[in-house]
Amino acid sequence: MLNQLTISELAAKLLHRKVSSREAMQACLDQIARVDGTIHAFISHNAADALAQADAADKQIASGVIKPLLGVPIAIKDVLAVKGQPLNCASKILGNFTSTYDATAIEKLKAAGAIIFGRCNMDEFAMGSSTENSAFGVTRNPWDTSRIPGGSSGGSAAAVAADECIASLGTDTGGSIRQPAALCGVVGMKPTYGRISRYGLVAFASSLDQIGPFTKDVRDSAILLGAMSGVDPRDSTSVPQPVPDYTKALTGNVRGLKIGLPKEYMIGGLDAEVKAAVDTAVKKFTELGAEIVEISLPHTDYAVAVYYIIATAEASSNLARFDGIRYGARIEGNDPLELYSKTRGAGFGDEVKRRIILGTYVLSSGYHDAYYLQAQKVRTLIRNDFLKAFETVDAIITPTTPTAAFKIGEKSGDPLQMYLSDIFTISCNLAGIPGISVPCGFTKNPKLPIGLQLLGKPFGEETMLRLAHAYEQATAWQREKPPL
Amino acid sequence: MLEVPLLLLPAARFQLETFNLKLETLFMAATELDVKYVANLARIALTPDEEKKLGAQLGNILGYIEKLRELDVSNVEPTAHAVPMVNVTRADEIRPSLSHEDALRNAPRQANGLFIVPKVVE
Repeated sequence: MLNQLTISELAAKLLHRKVSSREAMQACLDQIARVDGTIHAFISHNAADALAQADAADKQIASGVIKPLLGVPIAIKDVLAVKGQPLNCASKILGNFTSTYDATAIEKLKAAGAIIFGRCNMDEFAMGSSTENSAFGVTRNPWDTSRIPGGSSGGSAAAVAADECIASLGTDTGGSIRQPAALCGVVGMKPTYGRISRYGLVAFASSLDQIGPFTKDVRDSAILLGAMSGVDPRDSTSVPQPVPDYTKALTGNVRGLKIGLPKEYMIGGLDAEVKAAVDTAVKKFTELGAEIVEISLPHTDYAVAVYYIIATAEASSNLARFDGIRYGARIEGNDPLELYSKTRGAGFGDEVKRRIILGTYVLSSGYHDAYYLQAQKVRTLIRNDFLKAFETVDAIITPTTPTAAFKIGEKSGDPLQMYLSDIFTISCNLAGIPGISVPCGFTKNPKLPIGLQLLGKPFGEETMLRLAHAYEQATAWQREKPPL
Repeated sequence: MLEVPLLLLPAARFQLETFNLKLETLFMAATELDVKYVANLARIALTPDEEKKLGAQLGNILGYIEKLRELDVSNVEPTAHAVPMVNVTRADEIRPSLSHEDALRNAPRQANGLFIVPKVVE
């Protein structure tokens, strides 16, 4: 089944003309036709356009063109601009918006030859942990369709898990790539802040957002990271750091590397089966020759509170642009104020309203110092915890999530409980460091994937990927497929 | 403890009147989150049901984030960006950008190459 292949497997077959890009694309489209009525990983996809891109790739292959992703179908979260394709951020407020340009990450993938297709479902404006906050319906977890796929990039994760694409892109502001990757049993990476340009990514929280890949193995994650990284004059926060060939880091040798195990992550609320799976993974690293060191990240307990001040504050400012004037849906009013309020009242869903209002409040006159400035200062403490830990260790190991996938509807009525499900992923964004989630086992009954999180030093993706790859090679959890 | 100095400025008073808010409403907002007032600042029209529901949920979340006050951060510098990049500039020269046509492509209402908006001045 061509749709089940990894990027490296498919690229090799395409290069040696064993298969055509059209056949691979068609296999993905057939799988979408077969399972997406249930999974609903996609808000929309244009099959004719995808096949036309595949035919164009086949022509290039036939004429001897060699590009790293030539003819490989990659699905995109509905928050990234792809020229000529719809962009809704899973919200009603964007109406019939069509992108007029490509995001830099998309431009780079196209230059590497990828087929860019489909709009993956997500929590509206990437705000949520379950993909239940989509104006286009919920996405279901391929391992158990009564459960959530995680969020906010739930569609991107489910599409890879269900083999509806070869790989996909998501975005991660507080865990929105790693958490759904863990819950769907695929590999998901958030690079260092500034590694990949955010140009063409609809901003949620600008100081936290990063684009990253969902893939079927760690090698593919390294391939896509390399293809998308680099400084971009259109994003002043992108960092002019050289881009290595990340696949070269996948040596399989982790002997002598030091991995920190933060004691603050092994407490209350952590599911017994998740803990057991992570403990076993830690032992596996010891067997592979890495050294496990207990570390402390003393301000861990404050991360969720800091996050929900900083992320909502930035969101309240970023989402001010959705006012019904220049693009998207509009509800008319007698004056501009009435137009804005009606348009935004009708266009935004509950969670987005909740966060904009909270963010507006923490920035409002008289409250700014008490909430926003205080949170920014505690953010410094959280970042310093990590920098201090990285003086003695090369990477940090944690569970990705405290539990496996929960039921649809289980937490949707209680925002705070939903926020607390991101407790292990949020600090990484506040500190700006890279993180990856790889499959590390399953719960017994029902059988649900469990994710292991590795965190790296700023721009330490190579070491992080080397560890994740060595673990994957030694276990092969990623080869298990959901019962579809 | 919490100050609302802007209230004393004439401009702020003008804004207040524009929003049809009484001063008392604002002072109430100084002690607890007044959803109606903040939603108005955020330009989001809420139904009475939404106001009630959001009020309870936000109260719960604010209660949780209060825990940050436990920490003494008087000697800590704030972090705005995890990877600090300052004064990132480029040469001040004209470069290609969105065309007029593309800029208007997704407009809900447009005419003569302009966005149509409700009347702002009489």
